[in-house]
Amino acid sequence: MSKPLRIGFVLLALALLVSGAWIGLAWAPPDREMGHVQRIMYMHVPSAWMALLAATMNFGTCVAYLWKASWKKDAFAEATAEVGLLFGTIAILLGAIWGRPTWGVYWAWDPRLTTMAILLVAYAGYLALRRFVDDPDRRAVWSAVVGIIIAVDVPVVYFSVKWWKSLHQVQSTPKTVDPQMVLALRWNAFAFLAVLIIFLVARYRIALASRMRETTVPDAPSGAREAVV
Amino acid sequence: MRLPGLVASTWVLFKKDLLLEWRSRARVNALLFFSLATLLLFSFALGPDTALLRRNAGGYLWLALLLASVLALGESFRVERENATLEGLRLVPVNARSIFLAKAIANAALLAALGVLLVPVLVALLDVRIVLSWGQLLTLIALGCLAIAAPGTLYGAIASHARARDVLLPLLLFPILIPALVAAAKGTALVFEGDPMGQFPSWVALLTSFDLIYWGLGVLLFPRVVEE
Repeated sequence: MSKPLRIGFVLLALALLVSGAWIGLAWAPPDREMGHVQRIMYMHVPSAWMALLAATMNFGTCVAYLWKASWKKDAFAEATAEVGLLFGTIAILLGAIWGRPTWGVYWAWDPRLTTMAILLVAYAGYLALRRFVDDPDRRAVWSAVVGIIIAVDVPVVYFSVKWWKSLHQVQSTPKTVDPQMVLALRWNAFAFLAVLIIFLVARYRIALASRMRETTVPDAPSGAREAVV
Repeated sequence: MRLPGLVASTWVLFKKDLLLEWRSRARVNALLFFSLATLLLFSFALGPDTALLRRNAGGYLWLALLLASVLALGESFRVERENATLEGLRLVPVNARSIFLAKAIANAALLAALGVLLVPVLVALLDVRIVLSWGQLLTLIALGCLAIAAPGTLYGAIASHARARDVLLPLLLFPILIPALVAAAKGTALVFEGDPMGQFPSWVALLTSFDLIYWGLGVLLFPRVVEE
């Protein structure tokens, strides 16, 4: 993306976010059961979607990297993991804030909740691996392998937690589907998508630049490398 | 030159791994006492409520095995790294897949032996009774140790060449193993407590599919991990 395009995209995302906040906070009706608290959904659900979207992109990029290696794919994989971790963390924190007044607890062993938490820990491990391997070639291959394994694990985790939970009582969340709520949710999802794209592009450019420096000046001490970034 | 077959080379490498374990029996002993210490620690951390300890015994067994597995996997690759044997084997050349298979089977066998040794300790220490059959318990131990060994061997190979490898291996491995831990611990609890609802086969099925997925992925991806 060229610079004017990037600035235009940031402005678009800001406009979408501000209008989305207004639609979610003021225009959409409060929930019949949960009242105004339910408005957290307009942030919580889109951020969870973006986290899963980023994880899917990470999986695709990891497979593509092992198929045919390139620094661009490696940089993009790093970007998706880090941005996905960010959105997933936002989703979990907002979910906890939402859960306390509606379920009475911050945390429940719900399959979706638990799977997301495990996914976040797994991507934290993925990013730690990237920090702990100095050789860029090996780092790229190994993190691609780890990324694939994490992605394959997600459905298995989901099913295992579902079965594990089946002995307990399952939390029910009555969802009133009002057209205004659907619009507010969709609008905010597009706002978050714009933010996701901005973050991904920015993170990708940084990752690619540091890859280029690592491969052109391979012997620079790691302390000096951090200083250059 | 004819490359030795996958099965033949796996068998040779597997025997090599077992021989190494046998010659340095101190390592196996240390693992055994480490897991015993973990079992004791769980009991002390939760107090002397025998009924509670007995109910949780399945979970303790698998946590002890999981913690021991990190040490065993780290060790099994430390030996290889110190003598640069993986590189040597690749030069012979040995198929990387048989390196993975031999290493993973050896690790699974070591863990399974450990698991079998821990059961009498659970019986003595936590007053556990085998309500279902020994056969079902051994099936679970075998499947569970295979589940730990496949991603564990893949990640052990990766972590052994990274900085901070002792932190990295559990950080990578534990989140992935959660489905296997759930299935193995639940199944073991059923073996100890009885299975009135007939849930045992579904946990075995979950564990088996986990094994199939990760042994498949390991065979597929390991050559990329050790390539130069």
